[in-house]
Amino acid sequence: MHKTLTTTALATLLALGATAASAEIRIGASLSATGPAAFLGDPEAKTLEMLVEQMNEAGGIDGEEIALTLYDDGGDPNKARTFATRLIEDDEVVAIIGGSTTGTSMSILSVAEDNEIPFISLAGAIDIIDPVKPFTFKTPHTDRMACQKIFEDMQKQGITTIGMISGTDGFGASMQAQCKAVVGEYGITVAADETYNPTDADMTTQLTKIRNTEGVQAVLNPGFGQGPSIVTRNYRQLAIDLPLYQSHGVASDGFIELAGADAAEGVRLPGTALLIADQLAADDPQKPVVDAYKAAFEEKTGTSVGTFGGYANDAFLILTDAIARAGSAEPQAIRDAIESTSGLAGTTGIYTMSADDHLGLDLSAFRMLQIKGGEWTVVE
Amino acid sequence: MPELLQFLFSGVTVGAVYALVALGFTIIYNASDVVNFAQGEFVMLGGMLTFVCQAAGLPLPLAALIAIAVTSAIGVAMNKLAIEPARGAPVVSLIIITIGASIFIRGGAQLLFGKQIHSFPAFSGDTPLRIGGATILPQSLWVIGGAVVVFVGLWLFFTRTLTGRAVLATSNNRLAAQLVGINTGFVMMLSFALSAGIGALAGVLVTPITLTAYDVGLAFALKGFAAAMLGGMGNPKGALAGGFLLGLIEALTAGYLSSQYKDAAAFVVILLVLFFMPQGLFGARTVDRV
Repeated sequence: MHKTLTTTALATLLALGATAASAEIRIGASLSATGPAAFLGDPEAKTLEMLVEQMNEAGGIDGEEIALTLYDDGGDPNKARTFATRLIEDDEVVAIIGGSTTGTSMSILSVAEDNEIPFISLAGAIDIIDPVKPFTFKTPHTDRMACQKIFEDMQKQGITTIGMISGTDGFGASMQAQCKAVVGEYGITVAADETYNPTDADMTTQLTKIRNTEGVQAVLNPGFGQGPSIVTRNYRQLAIDLPLYQSHGVASDGFIELAGADAAEGVRLPGTALLIADQLAADDPQKPVVDAYKAAFEEKTGTSVGTFGGYANDAFLILTDAIARAGSAEPQAIRDAIESTSGLAGTTGIYTMSADDHLGLDLSAFRMLQIKGGEWTVVE
Repeated sequence: MPELLQFLFSGVTVGAVYALVALGFTIIYNASDVVNFAQGEFVMLGGMLTFVCQAAGLPLPLAALIAIAVTSAIGVAMNKLAIEPARGAPVVSLIIITIGASIFIRGGAQLLFGKQIHSFPAFSGDTPLRIGGATILPQSLWVIGGAVVVFVGLWLFFTRTLTGRAVLATSNNRLAAQLVGINTGFVMMLSFALSAGIGALAGVLVTPITLTAYDVGLAFALKGFAAAMLGGMGNPKGALAGGFLLGLIEALTAGYLSSQYKDAAAFVVILLVLFFMPQGLFGARTVDRV
């Protein structure tokens, strides 16, 4: 009862606000633009600001401008909860994008669900949308899907025994756990399971152990940041000639630059269409959106696009598409429209949501990429 | 056998990085008993400024010199603006001030340089040297060499020069040092400049191996501090030995036990050493001199 009252009051306020402020659509975001998850939140925040600016220059949605309220939660779930409450109660937004990390997303999620405000998360964990919650959606594929994509590729090459070297940061640890949970389904065994700290300077010890483990046919490195670059360099230093798989966490041009084109030669990883924008077929449904985002982001920030900024781009596309289709900026109508998103091409993949799928991507969203001559190429 | 050799090379590479950072702690500690937790930030600044200068088109040696000079200036500024105004405060307060300074420098670096990870080319290429079936990168030799040179320099400075002895005297008793005509203000300024310079030099040498970003300083400071404590705070010999020992313990634990336990093993050894020898392996001899 209390909840309905609040919502009704909120809806009335929103309706009043909308007429008073010459019809603008207020959306909110809480991202980790600083702090330990800044590598995620920084490109996401820049992407959202850029997209809102672009859309308003082009006349907004049906002539209504978008007002973005963006908070920096620094990766702290408590702050994210406060900001989510503030976004809903003070800023009166109709939808929230954000939660760069799984922790912050879970905080925002509970506030958004209580207040029945649609929320699109940018974090990886499957727990965010499984079990399905009515108002919560997410754009990134899950860690588990990345593992599955990698193991599919290994299976095709007849690899049955692998070594893993994982970062102990949140990203690496989560993906390590997910990979070990699904590896059995592909008839692959993990013979060596090593870890490193994200700040370690040398991983030759762990790699020597993996190399000396009997039967290892390939090495998988779930990790983020400088760790995978150092692993790749050490891998070449030790002249290990087994295939090396990296994760989607390092899917950006920066990785090739840091590891060095020579060391990175032959490295495989699951990436998105964003990385191979110039190689997409002219009739690829993702080509227009990928080209547009890449050109705009690189011109605006001077840094190369990465997977994470792409998540924010896709969340914004899904949200604005839903508002346009709903023809209304009422939270319930937006939620219903997001859930009926169908065949929407984003940078990460093609989204088709349903009542029991609030992610809307399958394994085909990932493309198996290999580094050749310092460039990304698609593995057929 | 090549396996053990590879673990040792890995340990020595990492140990040299720790030793270089640990050496940076000694001067300020010797001058004021303050453990400068912004030392890691000096290492970050050394690497980051070198990258920025090099990206702007300067040759690497010049870029490195500028980075070291600028970082020394920042060290002096930190002394003038943060430490000096609090003169007379207890050592613990000063240590807390250095933590504040490190957060400030990190935040400034984040605003100025962004959050990207950067690196610059190794000095003598990336072709690994093969010795007895194991490999080591030429850059590791630069880091080891750098640590040894800085160690010898510091040892000569503290035992053979008047200024070095003045630094030790200031630490022992500031008032007495002033009475015998030592300009303690100058000694403090000098020690911050030297410490920052050594930190920056460490940054220049290790960045091709460890890469750099605005937030790497904290990890450097913690490991360098642990190495310095293990060897004995304030003693260059201790910093050098502590650094290499820590690196080797980590590598051998990762190699023969499990990489999950490598940090734990290192800290257990440090705890044991400090329990039985509270002054660290090489003790704080300077305290006994008067």
